[in-house]
Amino acid sequence: MTEIPLQSRRKFIKNMGYISVGFSLLGACIGSEDPTIASRATYDGKLPGSIGRAKTVNAWLEILEDGNIRVLSGKVELGQGLRTAIQQVAAEELDMDLDKVQVHLAETGLTPNEGYTGASASIQNSAMSVRYAAATARQELLGLASKKLNTPIDDLLLFNGIVKSKLGNKSLTFAEILEGEQIDKEVIVPVPIKNKAEHRYVGKSIARTDIEGMVRGQAGYIQNLRFPGMVHARVVRPPGYESKLLTLDETGLKAEVPGVLKTVVKGSFVGVITEREHQAIKAEQYLRNHSEWTTSAPFPQIENLFTHIKEIANDPETVRNEGNVEAAFKGVETIKARYTKPYIKHASLGPACGWAMFDGEVLHIWSHSQGIYPLREALATMLSMEAEKIHIIAVPGAGCFGHSTADDAATDAALLAMEYPNTHVRVQWSRQDEHLWDPYGPAMIAELEASLDENNRINSWKADVWTDSHSQRPNKDAGTVLAARYLETPFTMKSRGYLGGGHRNADPYYNIPNMKLNAHYYNGPFRVSSLRSLGSFTNIFAIESLMDSLAEKAGQDPLDFRLKHLEDERAIAVIQKVKELTASQNIADNQGVGYAFMRYKNTDAYIAMAAKVAVDKVTGNIELIKMWAAVDVGEVINMDGITNQIEGGLIQAASWTLKEQLTFNTNEITSTDWIKYPILRFSEIPEVEVAIINRPEEDAKGVGEVPMPPTPAAIANAIYKACGKRVYDLPITPEKILNG
Amino acid sequence: MPTYHLNINGSQKKVETEADTPLLHVLSDYLELNAPTYGCGLSQCGSCTVLVNGTATTSCMLPVSSIGKSEITTLEGLVSDNGKLHAVQRAFVKEQAAQCGYCLNGMVMTTISLLNKNPSPDDVEIRNALEGNICRCGSHTRIIRAVKTAAKSL
Repeated sequence: MTEIPLQSRRKFIKNMGYISVGFSLLGACIGSEDPTIASRATYDGKLPGSIGRAKTVNAWLEILEDGNIRVLSGKVELGQGLRTAIQQVAAEELDMDLDKVQVHLAETGLTPNEGYTGASASIQNSAMSVRYAAATARQELLGLASKKLNTPIDDLLLFNGIVKSKLGNKSLTFAEILEGEQIDKEVIVPVPIKNKAEHRYVGKSIARTDIEGMVRGQAGYIQNLRFPGMVHARVVRPPGYESKLLTLDETGLKAEVPGVLKTVVKGSFVGVITEREHQAIKAEQYLRNHSEWTTSAPFPQIENLFTHIKEIANDPETVRNEGNVEAAFKGVETIKARYTKPYIKHASLGPACGWAMFDGEVLHIWSHSQGIYPLREALATMLSMEAEKIHIIAVPGAGCFGHSTADDAATDAALLAMEYPNTHVRVQWSRQDEHLWDPYGPAMIAELEASLDENNRINSWKADVWTDSHSQRPNKDAGTVLAARYLETPFTMKSRGYLGGGHRNADPYYNIPNMKLNAHYYNGPFRVSSLRSLGSFTNIFAIESLMDSLAEKAGQDPLDFRLKHLEDERAIAVIQKVKELTASQNIADNQGVGYAFMRYKNTDAYIAMAAKVAVDKVTGNIELIKMWAAVDVGEVINMDGITNQIEGGLIQAASWTLKEQLTFNTNEITSTDWIKYPILRFSEIPEVEVAIINRPEEDAKGVGEVPMPPTPAAIANAIYKACGKRVYDLPITPEKILNG
Repeated sequence: MPTYHLNINGSQKKVETEADTPLLHVLSDYLELNAPTYGCGLSQCGSCTVLVNGTATTSCMLPVSSIGKSEITTLEGLVSDNGKLHAVQRAFVKEQAAQCGYCLNGMVMTTISLLNKNPSPDDVEIRNALEGNICRCGSHTRIIRAVKTAAKSL
C-alpha cells in the first residue's frame, strides 16, 4: 500500500497553483484530507462477454462536467440492488465517494446492448465490465494528467474526481484533464485493478440508496411516470390464446363511459384510449362485454396434465452420457422416482405497464422490460420500422423474476401510440390479465433412477426430464411479443425459444461414474418463458430428494452421504457451513430438518441449505419454521445485497413449493387473482438465516436464482423426516401428505 | 360530473370525477400521489393502502363518493414539512426492508395503523396485521424486523 502523507485541506488549497481548480474543489474537499490510495494488482484474466459488444471505456462510463461519473449499464434494476452494486464497483476503482457515481441503466442508443437482464449474470457481465472500464479510465486519466502536469504517474494521486501531485502543489479535475472529451480507449488486459484486500466498498454491506426513495413514495416506477397531455389505455385481451375477434359493438361506449378518446382495432387486437385511468378500466369492461370471439383450443384436464405432456413430447435427446448406465443397472436393485412441478406464475405484485409516444418520426417507449434492445428488434419487425427509429428507456417496475409481461405492455403501448401520435400513451394491465397472460414457468417431469455400489456409493444415475421451452423472450421474431399474434396479419412465433434451460442442473454435481441425461421437449398448451432458475428448480428438487432416499438406503447421514460424492472444496465448505448452522437445533417429534445442495448451472454459485418443518399428522398441515442457507458466490460485491436476495429467494421458493400452481379446466385458466392463486403470506413466513462465504479471489457470480432450486427438496426432505411421508409432486400440500 | 372536496394529507383537495372513481385513481391519476401502488384493484394485495382516519384501508375499491370528510393520509403525508421521515419509514430504511419496493407503501401504512392501536406488538400480532399485504420479493422477515425497530423507536 502506498502511504500518503496526510495533509490538511487548508494547506492543500494554499499549495495549489490553479485558482480555477481550487474553486471547483471547494465543495468536495473542504475539511477532508487526502485519502490513502490502495495499491493495484495486474489483472490479466478473461474480460466479460459484455466488453466484446462495447469495447471502449466511454461505452461504460462518462466523466461529467461536475466531476461526477456516470456509469452506463445495459442491465436493468429489478429490485435486486444492481444499481448499488455497479456504483460500488465503479467508485472502488476510481477511488470516489459513492454519491459521486451515478448509474444510468438500459436505454437504447445510450447504454451498451447487454441483451437481457437475467440468468444471474448481471454481476459477472455488467458489473465486471464496469470494473475493468473504470480501471482503464483511471490509468488513462493518470496518463493524461501526467503529461499535463509534467509529473510522473508514480507521483500522482487520483481520488474523488481529481488528480493531484503527491506534493500537493498541482492538481486537475477529471473534466480539466479531458477538456470535454470522453475516454474512447479500448478496455484490454492487462489492466491494473485495485488490490481486493484494500477494497472500501466492494465486499461490504452498502445500504441501497433507492430504499429511501421508496419509503417517500418517490421510487420512480414505470406506473408513476407523468407527461403533459398523457392519456390512459387498456387492451381487451381475447378470451383464449387462439380466440379471434368476430364482432365488436362500440356504439354505446361513449354514452356509458366518459372520457373515451379512441378505440383501436387491429385484427383481434383491441385497445381503448381514455383521458383517465379508471375510465380505461370501464371502457375495457364495456368492450369485453360487447364483443364476440371464436373459442380457443381446449386445454387438457388438469389431472391429466403430466400424461398429456408425455404424449406430446418429442423423442428424447441425450444431453449427457458417461460410462454405461444400462450396464451398471444390470442385476442391481435401483431406486426410481418420478417428480413433477406444475406451471407456476411470475405473479409480479405490479401488473405490467407500458408507455409510448410517436412523434411522427421516432417511437419513444418506456418499459420495465428486461431486454430493451431485443424488445426493439421485435417491435421493429412488428411495425416494419427501422430499429433506430425506436427509442426504448428502461424504467423499473415491480419485481418480475424472469420474462414476464413487461414487453407485452410496451408492445400494446407501441401499437396504440402509433394510432394516437404526439401523445404519451400509458397502458396498464389488470391483475387478471397479468395472471392469465403471463408466460408461465413450464410444468416439468423428472424421472430418476440410481443405484449404489457395494460400498454404498452412487454407481449409476439416469435422468429423464420432460420440459417445455424456458425462454421465449423478445427477439427479431415479432411473434415473441403478445399483441403481434393478434394483428390483422398475425405474427406466429417461429422458434421454440430456449429449450436447454429445461435440463439446467439435471445432471448431478456429484461424482458418479455412470451418468445419462435425456431431455424430452414438449410444446405445451400454455404460454411459457423464463422463470427464476428455469429448469433447475424441478431438477434439483428431484436430485436432492433422491439423494436423501439414497442416503437412507445406504444407512448414512444425508449430509455425510453428499460429502462422500463431492471433491470440490467450495461445495464441501457450504455443506459444512449449513451443518454448523443447524447443529444446535432441538427437533421435536413432529418436526424434521431437511437439507439440499446445488452448484448453480454446475459452474456458478454454491448453496447448501436446510429447512425445518413441523407436520400435523392429523391435518397434514405443514408449518415451515426456519430455513438456512450457506452460499458461496465467489467474490462478494454487496454483502447485504446478496443476503437480501437469498432471504427473499428462499421465501419465494417456499411459496412455490407449498402453495403455487396454475389451475385450469378444459375451457380456461381459472387462477385469475391472488385468491385463486395464493402465495405465501405473513402468517406462513419462516425465519431465514443466511451465511455467505466470501471468496474475493474467485470470480463474482450472480445470486438471484441461486436460492430457488434447493428449497423444495430441503422442505420435502424435512417433511419426510417429520412424518415419514415423501411427496414427489409440487406443490406440497396437506392433502398430499395425508393421501397419495 | 360531481366535485369532491377531500381532506388529503392535511389539506383540502378539489377533484372533479365520477362518483365511482376509486380513491386510488383519484390519488394517483388526479393528485399525482405516487406512493399507493396499483397491485390488483381487488383489495387482495394491500399495495394501495392509505390511512382513513388513522386506519389502514385499501384504496383501490373505495369509491371517492364514500370518502366524505374522512382524513386520508398517504405515505407522502408521513414526511414532515422539513423532509424528515416518520419513525416507521426510517425503520424500513434502516432494516433495508425492500427489494423492488412495490409493496412498501402498504407495509409502511399498515404498520402505522397497527402501531396506532398497539404500540408494542409481538411477532404474531405483526404477522396478523400484515396478512393482507402481499410481498412477492420475499422481504417479509426484514419487514417484520422493521416493524419491531419502529415500535421500539416510537
